[in-house]
This record gives sequence, C-alpha cells and structure tokens, in this order.
Amino acid sequence: MFKKILMPVDLAHLEKLEKALSCGTELAKTFDAEIVYAGVTTALPGALSHTPAEYAEKLKAFAQEQSTASGVRCSSVSQISHDVSIDVDNALLKSVEETGADLVVMASHVPGIVDYVWPSHGGRLASHAKISVMLVR
Amino acid sequence: MTDENADQGIPAPEGAADIIDTDYEIGQDNIDGQVGPFGFDIHNPVFLVSGLAIVAFVFYTLALPEQAGSGFTWLFSTVTTSFDWFFLGAADFFVIFCLLLIVSPLGKVRLGGADATPDYSYIGWFAMLFAAGMGIGLMFYGVSEPMSHFSSSFGGIASEGGVRTDWAPLGGAEGDAEAATRLGMAATIFHWGLHPWAIYAIVALALALFSYNKGLPLTIRSAFYPILGDRVWGWPGHLIDILAVFATLFGLATSLGFGATQANAGLNELFGVPINDTVEVLLISGITAIALVSVLRGLDGGVKILSEINMGLAFLLLVFVLIAGPTMLILTGFVDYLVAYVQYLPGLANPIGRDDVNFSQGWTAFYWAWWISWSPFVGMFIARVSRGRSVREFIICVLLIPSLVCVLWMSVFGGVAIDQVVSEGYTAAQEADLPIQLFKMLDALPLAGITSLIGIVLVIVFFVTSSDSGSLVIDTITAGGKVDAPVPQRVFWCIFEGAVAIVLLLSAGGLSSLQSMVISTGLPFTIVLLIMCFAIWKGLRSEMKA
Repeated sequence: MFKKILMPVDLAHLEKLEKALSCGTELAKTFDAEIVYAGVTTALPGALSHTPAEYAEKLKAFAQEQSTASGVRCSSVSQISHDVSIDVDNALLKSVEETGADLVVMASHVPGIVDYVWPSHGGRLASHAKISVMLVR
Repeated sequence: MTDENADQGIPAPEGAADIIDTDYEIGQDNIDGQVGPFGFDIHNPVFLVSGLAIVAFVFYTLALPEQAGSGFTWLFSTVTTSFDWFFLGAADFFVIFCLLLIVSPLGKVRLGGADATPDYSYIGWFAMLFAAGMGIGLMFYGVSEPMSHFSSSFGGIASEGGVRTDWAPLGGAEGDAEAATRLGMAATIFHWGLHPWAIYAIVALALALFSYNKGLPLTIRSAFYPILGDRVWGWPGHLIDILAVFATLFGLATSLGFGATQANAGLNELFGVPINDTVEVLLISGITAIALVSVLRGLDGGVKILSEINMGLAFLLLVFVLIAGPTMLILTGFVDYLVAYVQYLPGLANPIGRDDVNFSQGWTAFYWAWWISWSPFVGMFIARVSRGRSVREFIICVLLIPSLVCVLWMSVFGGVAIDQVVSEGYTAAQEADLPIQLFKMLDALPLAGITSLIGIVLVIVFFVTSSDSGSLVIDTITAGGKVDAPVPQRVFWCIFEGAVAIVLLLSAGGLSSLQSMVISTGLPFTIVLLIMCFAIWKGLRSEMKA
C-alpha cells in the first residue's frame, strides 16, 4: 500500500518521538516500505550542528542506526530554512515532493484550545500535503 | 580548546570552514519547558536578567514619573556633553575601518565559507537591510532635519559668555540662503550617510563572520571569542548580551515612539484625528497587533514581503516628490549636496575642539548613540540575511548603497522643503513641529491627500517591520543564539516592545525619556563596538589562511 514513508524527526527531541518512530518502523515492515527521515535546519550554527552539512551527516547517521536496529531500508533528507520555527511545515512539504513519499508518519501533541488559531505542525502538514498523513499522539 | 588556541585567540584553520573549536554547545545554558499551552526555550540568565530589569525599569518610570523624568534629562545632557568626543571619534574610526576592509585583501573572505551562495536576491536583501536600518527615521527626519539645519545655519551664530547658543552646524551661514542650504544638507547627509552604516556594518560583519564562518552562536558575545576565549560563555558574555538586549529594546522603543507621534500627526492632518496620548497608545497597540501577524508569518512570509512593499511605496513617494517638486533643482542639488558633504566632512566629523557645541552634542552625538544602540538589532538582522556575500561585497552594499539612497532621499524631501521656503516663501513646514513637517511639505504639492496617506502607511509599515525584526533579534539573543526557539517567545518580545514604547511615551519626559535611555545604553555599547573591530580583523586574518 505504501512504498516510501517520510518521517519528520527533530534530532534535539528524540525522546518525544519514540512512539511515532516505532509506529513508522512497524508500518514499514508491514508494507516492505522504505523510511525517509526528514529534518529541517538553518544555515546558522545551532545546538545540533555548526553547518547544514554537519546536520545532514548527523541525520544520515541516525537513519543508518535505525536501519541497523530494525532491518528496514532507511535514508534521510534535510532542508535548509531561514526561519525554522515558522517554515518547518513548508520545508517538510518540500521534502515530501522531493522524495516522492506516499505516507507521512509524525509525532504530534493532543490538540488543545490553541490549535484552533495556531495549528500544530502535524495538523498543518495534514491539511496541506497531497499524500496520507498519520499523526501519532 | 587547546592551549595553543588560547594564545592565538582564534584556533588555526581546520579545513575550508575554519570553525572555532569550543566545547560550548549552543543552548547548553538554556532552560526549556511549557507554560500552559506555550513552549519556551530561553537562555538563563540573559532572558531572566534583561526581562526583569526592563520590567523593573517600566514600573519605576510609571511609579515615579517626575523623578524618573529629571533623571533622564540629567543622563541625556551628561552623556552628550562629556562623551561627545568619544562618540564622534569612534564613529570616524568605524568608517575608516570599513573603507580599509573594502580595499584590503581581507575583503575576499566569503561569509559562510568559500563556497557559500547568497540566500537572498540583491533586491530582497537590500530592501530588508534598508527597512530595518532606518525606516521610520527617514520618514520622521526626511524633511525636518534638513529644514532644522537650514534654519539654524541661516540664523547664524549667537553666543553668550563665549559659549555658542545657536544650533547651527560649524560656522553657520548667516543670511546666505544658498550656503545655508548646502551646509544644512551636508550636515544631514553626514548623520545619515557613511557613519551610521559603518556602525551597522561592523556589528553585522562581526556576527556573520563568527556565526557563519566560525560556527559560534548568533549572539553579540560570539564576536568576543578571540579576546575572551571560553569566558564569553560565562558572565562577561552574559553582560554583553544583556547590554545588547537593553540597547535594542530602547532603540526600538524610541523609533516606535517617533512612528506613533508621526502617524498621529499625519492622521490629524488628514482626518482631524486628535493628537493625544490615547490615540498614540491605540496606534502603538494596533500596529503591534499587525506586527504580531507578521511575526507569525516568519522571516520570509512576513518581514521580507513587507520590506519589499515598503521599498516600492517609498520609491513611489520619492519619485512623486521628485517630479512634482522642482525636478531639475533637486537633481543638480543631489550632486551639489554630495560635493558639499565631502567639503564639510572633515569639519563635521572632527571630534575635538568644536565650538558648535549644540550641534555636535545635541545632534551628532545623539545620532551616533542612537545608531549604536540600534546596531545590535540592525546588525544581527543584516547578518541573518547576508550569508554567502563576500566581505567586500557586503561592506560596499551595506555602506555605500544605503548611504547614497539616504542622500537621495534627503536631497529630495529636504531639498523640496527648503526650496519651498527659499523661492516660494512657503514656511508652513519650517514652522511646524517635527513630526508634522513631512505632511506640511506634501501639502504644498499636488495630490496631497494621497501622498500624505502613503506617508502614513509607510510610517506604519516601517513600524511593523521594525517591531517584527526587533522581536526576532531579541528572541535570538535571549535564547542563547538559538534561531529555532519556540515562536511564542517572539510574540512575547513583540508585545513587550510596544509596552515599553507606551510607558515611556506616557512618562513625564515623553519622547525625550526614550532618547535619554537610547544614548545611555549607546555609550557602553560603543566600547563593545570598538573591541569588535579588533575581533573582526583577527577573525578575517584566520579565514585568509583557511
């Protein structure tokens, strides 16, 4: 049913993503799909990396690690954004198009009152992506 | 960091990127968590100290307005009279330093590494740095400053007990309209040309270099790494960043105050809206709300679009005034004023032994302090959008082109207004209060209703872009250089800037309280800037070896 699963990850907050990560891995096993881990970074030095290239390396290493642990084929894609906190959704949409993924699995929080005016990243991605989006809460 | 590095300040180059090797991790001193539905990620103690100090300051000003007001007046006169030579000398040094960088081989270094490509097109880049750098000031002073200098020069020298009491620049030009125009325009160009942009260029270059090329966080303290080493991550660095937050906040609040008074004056002129505190508070609140929307749309969707709209509108207004006014006179004036600027520059820039004390202290020293207090804000903003430019390209673009545009702007707006006085005897603009002079000048031209409306829109949009980019910058500094901190923090600063502008405007001194705070934060920051020049030089030299 699905051939390529895109999984947005925030390398700084992996502990919050566990449920979504294992969910994605199980789905990939079921459908014999490939997982693409997607990240968004800035051109500026950040907590995780000094340069976009260093960030891409880290993400690639993460994907390989996941692949070794689960036996699923994994790769990675990263986008550079000027203003990550705002543009992250658009950057992820771009990754969806670039990779030709057919499913997005991502972690999100339980919607609260704020989400009516200020939707979560997952919420916005689900509204704008042309492919299926699964939000793990 | 190894011992060898400590000796050299900046470690030996490591490959093409020449990243500084430090154990510090961006965000290591940050605290993050959740307040209600909003997440936060802030630098401890920079956020807490600057936040609390500013809240305390606001309450003090509100609780004891009289005492605070007289304190502000004292501060203003003390700093401008005792340290005028320091401001003037430092600013001259910054210009010379920048010009030297353009011609030296160090100009070849590319920000972001040798293979970096620019993130923004020239137009988008230029629009943003211009809107951030001067915006409201150009609207506020475009007519009123040339007019003030023209009038004071024309009035000539007056002195009392050997001390000059007039406000004329240099020796003035008593009774000579043509000489007074040239001197007035030269003095204005002096305040808006090379000097302010050199100040901005230094901060922006230091930030861009140490962030893009050396891998340090995007905060002011990073530029001090070559001097302080790993101590910049401790209290010396905290103090530098806190100072930057203060300077930025008060610098912004001053401009917002100017913007609000001028928008109010314009609305009064057009629609008869009364000029009072209530309207100004409503204006600041309303415009801050618009700025919030822009904040939520991000750098590319908010500030960039607004800046481009503003550039377009400002250009339209400029062309209109140029055509509707005495076109040939302005165009010949543009060249003539540039010549006058070069001619008077040595005298105007001279830091010592001046007898035109009112002018050099009240105007020049205040301006330099104002630009310097804006420099962390504008500098960081310019740095954030300048990746991929070479140092030479960067300085030429940040120093020369905006200067020329300012000269053009002042020649057109000031030139028309002065011409109205000299050849037509129309003195409405000359006699009006500062915020209203622009609208009085437009009044004498055709389609005044439309152009005044454009003027008000420009003030408001400049206000929005300043408030938006200011929030972005303060947020970055108070988040320890993190550029992907949660958005609610930016919202917090955006609201806070509006609030500071409101309470200071309502305080006893009004706009002058704002100005006193600006120059008192500008003074220590001048020292910061001087040290930065040394750091830039060291940093660029190590890039050359990479």
